[in-house]
Parts: sequence; structure tokens; C-alpha cells
Amino acid sequence: MTIDLGRGLVLRNPVMTASGTFGYGEEYTDFVDLAQLGGIIVKGTTLNPRQGNPYPRMAETPSGMLNCVGLQNKGVPYFINTIYPRIKDFDTNVLLNLSGSTLEDYVRGAEMINTLDKIPAIELNVSCPNVKQGGMAFGVTCAGITQVVSEVRKVYHKHLMVKLSPNVTNIAEIALAAEAAGADSVSLINTLMGMAIDAERRQPKLSMVTGGLSGACVKPVALRMVWQVAKAVKIPVVGLGGISNATDAVEFMLAGASAIEIGTANFIDPAISAKVADGMRDYCERHGFQKVSELIGALEG
Amino acid sequence: MKQIADFTLVGKECYGTSVLLRLRDEQPLPEIVPGQFVQVRVDDSPSTYLRRPISIHDVDVANHEISLLVQMVGEGTRHLGAANVGDQLNLVLPLGNGYTLPTKGERVLLVGGGIGIAPLYYLAKTMALKGVKPTFLLGGKKAADLVRVDAYSSIGETLITTEDGSLGEKGMVTMHSVWQQRQFDKIYVCGPKRMMMAVADIARANNVWCEVSLEHMMACGLGACLCCVEDTVEGNLCVCKEGPVFNTRRLKW
Ligand SMILES: Cc1cc2nc3c(=O)[nH]c(=O)nc-3n(C[C@H](O)[C@H](O)[C@H](O)COP(=O)(O)OP(=O)(O)OC[C@H]3O[C@@H](n4cnc5c(N)ncnc54)[C@H](O)[C@@H]3O)c2cc1C
Ligand SMILES: Cc1cc2nc3c(=O)[nH]c(=O)nc-3n(C[C@H](O)[C@H](O)[C@H](O)COP(=O)(O)O)c2cc1C
Ligand code: FES
Repeated sequence: MTIDLGRGLVLRNPVMTASGTFGYGEEYTDFVDLAQLGGIIVKGTTLNPRQGNPYPRMAETPSGMLNCVGLQNKGVPYFINTIYPRIKDFDTNVLLNLSGSTLEDYVRGAEMINTLDKIPAIELNVSCPNVKQGGMAFGVTCAGITQVVSEVRKVYHKHLMVKLSPNVTNIAEIALAAEAAGADSVSLINTLMGMAIDAERRQPKLSMVTGGLSGACVKPVALRMVWQVAKAVKIPVVGLGGISNATDAVEFMLAGASAIEIGTANFIDPAISAKVADGMRDYCERHGFQKVSELIGALEG
Repeated sequence: MKQIADFTLVGKECYGTSVLLRLRDEQPLPEIVPGQFVQVRVDDSPSTYLRRPISIHDVDVANHEISLLVQMVGEGTRHLGAANVGDQLNLVLPLGNGYTLPTKGERVLLVGGGIGIAPLYYLAKTMALKGVKPTFLLGGKKAADLVRVDAYSSIGETLITTEDGSLGEKGMVTMHSVWQQRQFDKIYVCGPKRMMMAVADIARANNVWCEVSLEHMMACGLGACLCCVEDTVEGNLCVCKEGPVFNTRRLKW
């Protein structure tokens, strides 16, 4: 079931948990033996602490949810001093999801994370608004992504996974820019921008009016984007967006993903990640695949 | 330890728009303290994708049973209300931190508004076992909103207010004459936020210890997603993990 994503990031199986949906892993240890997972990607972390957005931060939508949590976290130094010692010996890959609103924050954060022995990779979240560029995210233009990935690449020497925003017109172009700037892999999709209104009260349901859509409802969009990106780039692609069971996970692999992440589904069944790993193993046995890596891009016709 | 388990509905009582569900697990229950809640999966509809948080109303350790008192306000709770004896419900439990129990000899008031009375039942039962006899102050819009009053009365003195005066004193819980007549050492509250804020004001004005149980919208219920935060004196805290019970000193209201 092993998957090698390159530059030292080897997963015991293709299943990881998505940032912001699995806490620091500690919240789920009553439900999942982390040793059954390929990796966990911890909460989005920024150089400096962030309070996040006001409540309400969540609205349920058909087969999905919107969130505007706003990257609430205690900052990279707090992570290093307080959280890292608690989670570094988990028997799985622990990846840090790094975010920032200025180039300097990304670079400084990556430098500090580079010193942590037990963090084999950063997942770079480029969907956060860049305050210096008037709030536009780095991840929505090729120029923006080239800049942030190449600067982080200079200081970060382990596996650099770049998490792509789906809120773009041509995701393959963005992925190619990330690859050219030195990314070891790309993961996609982050949440889709959405909105929900309470008609009775004539008010938005979220404090920030708009938020990110996730859950089962985004799967067809995510699958299409993974397929487009996998055809375009040579580096491994990590697929996510609405994966709720092993069949969904297999579909992403067939579309070209080398590994997958499970997000919102963790809220519905806190044990789902381990179940998906088991289910993928069953699928391989049932269809006569010796290795799970044989599924990558094996879409026929 | 938290767990996911399929419970079987073994008993159901209907009270207008509310329903009492008695649920049994094959396995012994984990340790549950008053004020904790469960996350219930409501199957079969795209509009009930996320679990629904519901307080633990009662616990019967010997029979591996818990009870939930659910008010039907939307699709998810209506689905729960339509469940039949013999149906299975998938629960994640026990979640959150419970109320701080009083010590013997303390005078205790339990204030509940609407369906917020649900967690106070198990709280009162647990106190009674420790030799503390609580007083309930329960409020609703009308008499029909107050369910299981007999059950509450069997544990402690039960005072009632209704906004239309159809049962007990007329008005809100904060207007009840008991506030003028008696003093309490500990006040426990669960109900609509505005009511809890009003009770917290009284408690603060009289320098009385007070714990409230918040009902924020939740996704994970485990402290992982940070959707359910309350802006407290310690910053944004997850109601599901740091709460749902908070001492009013920690809150900004
Ligand atoms: C810790 C906790 C304990 C709770 N205990 C109980 C209980 O013991 N009995 C009980 O009947 N209810 C309880 N609730 C409230 C219950 O979770 C909601 O009523 C339920 O989720 C609504 O789901 P629905 O699908 O029926 O309604 P929806 O269709 O989702 O919504 C209907 C209405 O309910 C409101 N609502 C939705 N979710 C919540 C929520 N989490 N809290 C408050 N209002 C909400 C919506 O804004 C809307 O106005 C508790 C909530 C929390 C957070
Ligand atoms: C509550 C919540 C918080 C999230 N926080 C982050 C985050 O901090 N960083 C990040 O890159 N993605 C974050 N995401 C996005 C998820 O990691 C994932 O990309 C997205 O939810 C799509 O996958 P899913 O449909 O399986 O959930 C968050 C998603 C949710 C629902
Ligand atoms: S509901 Fe997810 S942190 Fe509270």
C-alpha cells in the first residue's frame, strides 16, 4: 500500500487527513489508530497567532458545509514549542499546513519548520489573502504562486507540497507554475468559495458573508480538477474534496492522484480515515492490483 | 474515552413538539458526566449531512441506556422525532465538559429555558445522589413548552414561569419571585442565549457562582474544526471541547 511522494515523503498507504478537519490528530485518537494512516496534515498555521473570524463560522448546505474559520491558530513558535513535542512521535507522517498573508511570513515560517526533524513535509496553503496585494490570494495567479513557491523553496529543504485553490479559471496552469517553481507535489482542492443566506432573517449565515464549501457536494468538481492537473504536471498529485468512502478515494487515484486526503467526512464519521485505508486495500485485492500505486491514473477509455 | 456506537431506540415518549428518546447500547456506556452531549447522525437526507449535537438528558448505567430530550425545530430533529422503537441511531459520545458539581450543603438553583431544561435532569439526579437537593426554575413561552415537569418535581422543588401565564408565575425566569426571596450558592443555567445572559447578569450582580451551557452550531464536536467558538476572556474557545459548560467569569457577557 506504500506510496512514495518524493524527497523523503513516503506514506504507508495513500490516506491522509486534510488540514483544518483533523485538529492535531489528538482529537481523533479515540477513534482512529493513527498508525493506520499514511499521514495527517495538521491545522493551518501562520507565523503569528490569528484569532480567526467571529462566530458564526459554519453553515450546513446540501451534502456539505461552508466555513469561514479564518485560520485561527497560535502561530508557528507556539506550534514548535507546545504542540510539536506532543505529536512528533505519532506513528504516521505529520505534515504542517503553512499559511501566510505576506511573502516574508511564509518564508520565515518555512525556515522555522525546516528545523523540525519529525515534520517530513509542508503543505503550503496559498489560498490565504495576501494583504500586501490588496487581499488577493497568492494561489490564484501564476505570478503569485511562482513567487511564493520559489521563495519558500530556497529555505525549505524537505518535501514541499503546494495546496491549490479551486477558485481559478485554469487550475492546470497554476499547478504547472507551482511545479516549475520547485514544488515536490501539489494537493487539491481547497474549499470552493460559496455563500449561504437565511431568508427568514434576510441575513447571511456566515459572519464573513462568504466561506469555503467542502464535503460530498464538491467531489465532482474536485475529481475533474485532479484529473486535469494530473495530466498537466509530472510531480505527484494529492487529491481531495468530498471523499467520503473508499470508492471515492479510488476514483481520485484513477483520475491521477498518487494519494488522497479526507476532510469534512471526518466530522460525519470520526473513524472514516482508517476505514477508507482498509477499503482501498480491499479494492486492490478484489481487482487484482498488487500495489495500490497501480491505481494511479489507471482510468480506462 | 469517546466512542462511536449504534444505539437502539428502546423507548419513546412524545410531548407536543418535543420527544424523549431512550437509547440502549449493547456495550456498557463510557463514563458520562452531567452537561455532556452526543453527536447524532441523522441518515438519509442531504440536508442533514452533519451530525446534530444533543445534550444527555439522563443516563441509566445498569441498562446501558441514555435518554435524549429533543425539540423538533428543523429537518434533523424532526427525523429524530420520527424514529421508531427498534431503530438504530449512530452516536458519538460523550462530548464536552460537564457542569461542576456542588458540595453538600450548598443551595443550588437550576435554571432552564425551553429545551434547555434537557441537561438539567441528569445534573439534578447526580446532585441528589451526592445529597444536594436542587431547586429548579423552568421557563417557557406557554405551559406546553414545559415537558416532563413531573419528572423534575420528583427530584427537587420545581418553580415555573410562562410568558403567557398559563403555568406558574407569568413572565420570564428572571422575573420569578424566588430571586427576591432566596439566595443560592450555585446557579446552573441552560436555555436560549438571551435568557442565559439575563440570569448571568443576576448572578454577577449578586456575586453568585454561575455556570451556563452554550448551544453553538457545531460541525465536528471534537475541537478539531474551530467552527463553534465563543469569544471569551481567554480568546476564542471551542464550545464543543472547552464547553459546552462555562463559568460566566470566563465569558465576556
Ligand atoms: C451542546 C448542544 C446541546 C444541545 N442539546 C439539545 C437538546 O438536548 N435538545 C434539543 O432539542 N436540542 C439541543 N441542541 C440544539 C440542536 O442541536 C439543534 O436544535 C439541532 O441541531 C437543529 O437541527 P435541525 O436539523 O432540526 O434544524 P436545522 O434545520 O439545522 O435548523 C433549524 C433551526 O435550528 C437552529 N439550529 C441549528 N443548529 C443549532 C444548534 N446547534 N444550536 C441551536 N440552534 C440550532 C437553526 O439556526 C435553525 O433556526 C443542542 C445544541 C448544542 C450545541
Ligand atoms: C472547518 C474547515 C477548516 C479548514 N481549514 C483549512 C486550513 O487551515 N488549511 C487548509 O489548507 N485547508 C483547510 N480546509 C480545507 C480542507 O483541508 C479541504 O481542502 C476541503 O475541506 C476539501 O476537502 P473535503 O471536501 O474532504 O473537506 C478546511 C476545511 C474545513 C471544512
Ligand atoms: S464543532 Fe468543531 S471545534 Fe467545535
